[in-house]
Amino acid sequence: MARILEDVFTAERAGSFQAIGRALPRIDAHSHVTGATRYYADRIFPNLLHAVMARSEHHHALIRHVDLSAAQAVKGVARILTHKDVPNNWYTILKLIGLGPDEEPVLAEDRVLYRGEPIVAILADTEAAAREAAAKVKVEYEELPAVLDVETAILPGTPAIKPHGSNVFVYEGRDHFHVHCGDTEAAFREADHIFEHSYQSSPIEHAPVETTGAIAVPEPGGRYTLHSNTQAAFFTLDNAALILGLPFRQLRVVGGTVGGGFGGKVDVIVEPIAVLGAMLTGRPVKYSFSRGEEMQVSSPRAAERIRIKDGVAADGRIIARDVRILVDAGAYSRHSPYGTIKAAAHMPGPYTVPNVTINAWCVYTNRTPSSAMRGFGVTIGDFALEVQMDRIARELGRDPFELRLQNAYRDGDLKAHRKTVEGAALVEVIQAAAERIGHPLSPECRAMSSCQRT
Amino acid sequence: MKSSYVSFTLNGEEKELLIEPGRRLVDVLREQCGATGTKNGCGQGSCGACTVHIDGVAMLSCLLPAELVDGSEIVTIEGVVRNRVLHVLQEAFLAQAATQCGFCTAGMIMAAKALLDCDPSPSRQAVIEALSGNVCRCTGYEPIIAAVLAAAATLAKRPAAAAAA
Amino acid sequence: MAKLRGRGIAAVNYPTGMNLGGDPSQALIHATTTGNFVVTLSSVDLGQGLRTIMTQITAEVLGIAPEAVMIDTADTDTGPHCMGTFASRTTHRVGNAIIMAATEARKVLLDVAGEELEVAPEDLETDGTGRIVVKGVPGKSISVQDAALAAHFKHGRTISGRGIYLKPRSYPDFETGAMDPDSCQAHACTIAEVEVDTETGDVRVLKLISAYEIGRAINPMMVEQQIVGGSWMGMSHALYETTEPYYPNRAHGPVDFLGYLMPGPADIPEYDAVILERPSTNGPFGAKGIGEMTANSPIPAIANAIFDACGARIDDLPITPEKVLRALDAAALAAQP
Repeated sequence: MARILEDVFTAERAGSFQAIGRALPRIDAHSHVTGATRYYADRIFPNLLHAVMARSEHHHALIRHVDLSAAQAVKGVARILTHKDVPNNWYTILKLIGLGPDEEPVLAEDRVLYRGEPIVAILADTEAAAREAAAKVKVEYEELPAVLDVETAILPGTPAIKPHGSNVFVYEGRDHFHVHCGDTEAAFREADHIFEHSYQSSPIEHAPVETTGAIAVPEPGGRYTLHSNTQAAFFTLDNAALILGLPFRQLRVVGGTVGGGFGGKVDVIVEPIAVLGAMLTGRPVKYSFSRGEEMQVSSPRAAERIRIKDGVAADGRIIARDVRILVDAGAYSRHSPYGTIKAAAHMPGPYTVPNVTINAWCVYTNRTPSSAMRGFGVTIGDFALEVQMDRIARELGRDPFELRLQNAYRDGDLKAHRKTVEGAALVEVIQAAAERIGHPLSPECRAMSSCQRT
Repeated sequence: MKSSYVSFTLNGEEKELLIEPGRRLVDVLREQCGATGTKNGCGQGSCGACTVHIDGVAMLSCLLPAELVDGSEIVTIEGVVRNRVLHVLQEAFLAQAATQCGFCTAGMIMAAKALLDCDPSPSRQAVIEALSGNVCRCTGYEPIIAAVLAAAATLAKRPAAAAAA
Repeated sequence: MAKLRGRGIAAVNYPTGMNLGGDPSQALIHATTTGNFVVTLSSVDLGQGLRTIMTQITAEVLGIAPEAVMIDTADTDTGPHCMGTFASRTTHRVGNAIIMAATEARKVLLDVAGEELEVAPEDLETDGTGRIVVKGVPGKSISVQDAALAAHFKHGRTISGRGIYLKPRSYPDFETGAMDPDSCQAHACTIAEVEVDTETGDVRVLKLISAYEIGRAINPMMVEQQIVGGSWMGMSHALYETTEPYYPNRAHGPVDFLGYLMPGPADIPEYDAVILERPSTNGPFGAKGIGEMTANSPIPAIANAIFDACGARIDDLPITPEKVLRALDAAALAAQP
């Protein structure tokens, strides 16, 4: 087990505890190893209906006509849900924290903005029947040009795929989120070295072994119980009730035991369909993603394109950093407008740079909407920042540990977003890691502390 | 096609069930037998969460039509505990902290048990190969490998009669 | 063609709590007649071990054994609000809510015990195993169970507490970006050692050596789990994973675990980690969130190690064998006179 270094921050960490700091065994481990842990899908309901979605085959298209007759004829199909069945079909998940507007349909109406977008939901006695019927839904499309590249999406003249008339999220009238401190341009002119590089990631799937799912069960008194693997019980309850026009008191979410999440179970996607199905049929309805849907239709970690331009003094101090971030939100907002602000707030990383400019765009493209994932807004930024630091160290012939220590933020420094640093410990983790591999540091670097500048 | 009766023993108990044609064993176990410890993680044979033993062999219950197990002896995670005593593998999973969300755990234990049942002192490489069809997204595998090796070490210390129990 | 080894470093920080705050969580605690304590939440355990961590925080504040704590979550009919499990927030937010609730419940517990023992509650302390003792008077004590029974059946008191933690919402200045986004920052430094096969482009991660600063390790075993599992995910992100292998082209998207690549049990490196604790001013017992961060530092550390090994600088995740080979070809071409 990883050892705690007791000789670092000794005074601050002093204290005597009885339960804190103990390697208490995981409380649910016994039920995990015996198979007794109950996940949402381990609740078995008689008379259950299975929901399976018929989805868009195109990245971007108008829907001319939907023919349900062949699907309806499949044995075991109980009901087919279309957008007309959804009381408030347009929603946005961050409405609850005031990031609007409503911009995503629960079920597609006259158009689809990504391949895999849900169009109609089949409810059938068996999953196999529901899948068969979903495959028999005939949709007539008029294909439209797809915008799949973020750089293209923000070019003037590129057709807007979103009804608000642009391909970016609008922050209080601005087409991107902006942070600055100091005078970056002036500092670039003073800098001895300029480093400018671009970094790119591709979408990444959460891949929990348990796919996203929920079972809605009608209860006496017009209530519905949602057995769900949501990561946020009330967030799911509130958003589902808003979409369904249901008084909040009529929904109850039961969950809390989830087979891995990593951010993928924060969107409220399966629950409204399951409850709507239960409302319209009076039967329990299960809607869970297949593995293929989890991989291609559930929201991934956004692909990001990040360009970092650094102005560096001859002695290795980074005196200016300009960061341009393009977050590929895919077709709808989900949590990406929030994640884009978080990405901007993270820059310029754990370093004190006096002159910083950050511009971050939340860009819409015709792909699966991206959303939260472990390290949301930060993971890809860290990749860009730390490869950039490696480049600077090599180019200047500096030790990569020492270049980081020299620029590391310390208590009392001002971050780009103008909050004062407290509780910093970057210096100490670098020192500890160097020590771990026997990497020699200069006496000045060994003497550094996050608590004060000497 | 009509439903048919299929007989098997599940964790030592005789079962005779009316089964729809083509129904997957994982669904029969979970929904008709209440053995929900076996998980359905992918339905395509690519994650291993549904691993059970059919006549002592680890198999993926999401790929098996239940008609095919007629006459077989099936063991699921619920059958690994004997006389309310945890199997050494289960004890080792606890001791090595080899579970996090727990969703892959049953499949992991069934895959590992199939290995130990025929090779009670496997090499690390043999353990890795036995687990290579099972996906875990939380633990990074190392604690699971350590648990299987620790269980093997415990088995090696036991008298042969106890190990067979 | 050769197998070349290299080493790379990366250092990162990670914020605890929802960006800009405004993300409350609540806890309710009550004693049963026999002196066990039920903590009612609506928080979600994804496998990170919420139930265990919250048990330890409850036991610490109440001064009882962890075995006497039951975590009841997540039923929205009974559990008070929690914003959710994300943003490395649950240990911090829910832990703080529990401290507030348990502090209130503890006061009632000691009031009742004081009445039973005929001493002032300030003169009492808990022994962490189920007894309430009079400070400095060995042998004068009452069990938590007897105190709870007395509270119920003699004094008509409810030993209970309510707790909430909210970092008030920060509204950014859209002109300058000024804002207060985080509660505290955790830190990590990772050194990756890799071997690159220049014939196949295959990268093998041999070892990940890390130091993590996480405020306070409430449970070092569960910290270790996040380190090992998160490092694995970071390695997986660095070298294997994507739903769109030819992004932004949408073709060739994997739909199963055979096409969606992740390192298996045969591909894992050796891990070595140490933990530093610089308690935060606002976390429960100083704890910061570690859950997400562990996946971050391995990614650039591995990318930098690949460059160190073979001179292939790859700025495009994931760093597949194809990209390594193309980068090696480009580097060779550039080196030609």
